[in-house]
Amino acid sequence: MMPQRPVVHALILGIFCLVFGVILATTDLFTHDTIKLRAVEDLQNSLTLVIPASIHDNNPVSDAVVIKDGGRDVTVYRAMKGGTVTGAAYAIEGSGYGGPITLMLGVDPEGKILGVRATAFHETPGLGDRIDAAKSDWITRFTGLWLGHPPADKWKVKKDGGVFDQFAGATITPRGVVAAVKNGLEFFARHKADILEGRR
Amino acid sequence: MSSGYAKIFKDGLWENNGVLCQMLGMCPTMAMTTSATNGLGMGLATLFVMASSNLLIASLRNYITPQVRIPVFILIIAAMVTLVDMTMNAYMHELYKVLGLFIPLIVSNCLPLGRAEVFAAKEPVLPSFCDGLAMGLGFTAALTVIGAMREITGSGTLFADASLLLGPAFKVMELRLLPPGDGVLMAVLPPGGFLATGLLLAVKRMIDIRAGKPISMAGAHAVT
Repeated sequence: MMPQRPVVHALILGIFCLVFGVILATTDLFTHDTIKLRAVEDLQNSLTLVIPASIHDNNPVSDAVVIKDGGRDVTVYRAMKGGTVTGAAYAIEGSGYGGPITLMLGVDPEGKILGVRATAFHETPGLGDRIDAAKSDWITRFTGLWLGHPPADKWKVKKDGGVFDQFAGATITPRGVVAAVKNGLEFFARHKADILEGRR
Repeated sequence: MSSGYAKIFKDGLWENNGVLCQMLGMCPTMAMTTSATNGLGMGLATLFVMASSNLLIASLRNYITPQVRIPVFILIIAAMVTLVDMTMNAYMHELYKVLGLFIPLIVSNCLPLGRAEVFAAKEPVLPSFCDGLAMGLGFTAALTVIGAMREITGSGTLFADASLLLGPAFKVMELRLLPPGDGVLMAVLPPGGFLATGLLLAVKRMIDIRAGKPISMAGAHAVT
């Protein structure tokens, strides 16, 4: 056994930290680019769900603009055909029963919804997870709506006096999604010129 | 010291099963068993971490002084978990989207640390590796069974999305046992985790009593 002095223990611990630090850094070096590529693929996949392929000939990921809204930056991915903006998509967030719900919202230049999809959420399986397009068509019913159709004060679930269906046994989730989509449309209305012309 | 590899595997899989006997790793056990596939995936990730961390710790055991062993063990386990996390994210991305959130949970799982402390820190490399393998297999089996119990009663399916985890060839594993919407929702909610785990524990005790084995409140005891 080695001499039991504190400095020896410290050295041993230090050497282990160093060695494993190097191992992790090396792995990071090798996987970093692939992980980034996967994240871009994920993003593109969620964009194709809310922007129809027929309306654009560009890659929305490379024609993104960052819009300052309140204190936060929102990255808006723009669909273009022949140089004019034909649609925009951006992530919106609502609060659900199991924490934040992240959605991707696609709108056309007039502010009409092209599509909404939930991309990350922790809602109750069997109840709130019906916002997932794979489980129910509820989320697709937003397509074609805009602020004013239904009127702004009707952008609520039926229980709150609005026009959107809630789920049996789950009101908080659809309520959060409807509010998030409404906020998302208001965001577009506020920054429409910037988004269409690509100003920051 | 070790009285054979058969005993190591018997211990890991049944006698001293990480979930059913040592009652370690309850956090991933509850969180990741909403379906058999999730339980299996989490089990396999833990299996890999345990086998490799036990292997590393056993081969380095003569250089680790008792005073700093705990931080070194945690360092090694955390490094293995981070390796799994990054590799899965890069090369098994579909699976990562399902399990990714839970991979870091392996660090907080007491089972790898427990096996490092009671086994790998004292035993030679090969038995330690086998112990990690056996304990990991036992953990995987327990999680898969609990997941299956919850999935069948809760969602009416068995091994749904297994092809996502194991590859398209395993599509045949995906069964629907009850018509959609017929499940007992509570089974996939957190209480279902406790109920299924409790039931499984009771079943194991019953089998042990039938076999005439003395019931002991087994802790994480070493194989000697």
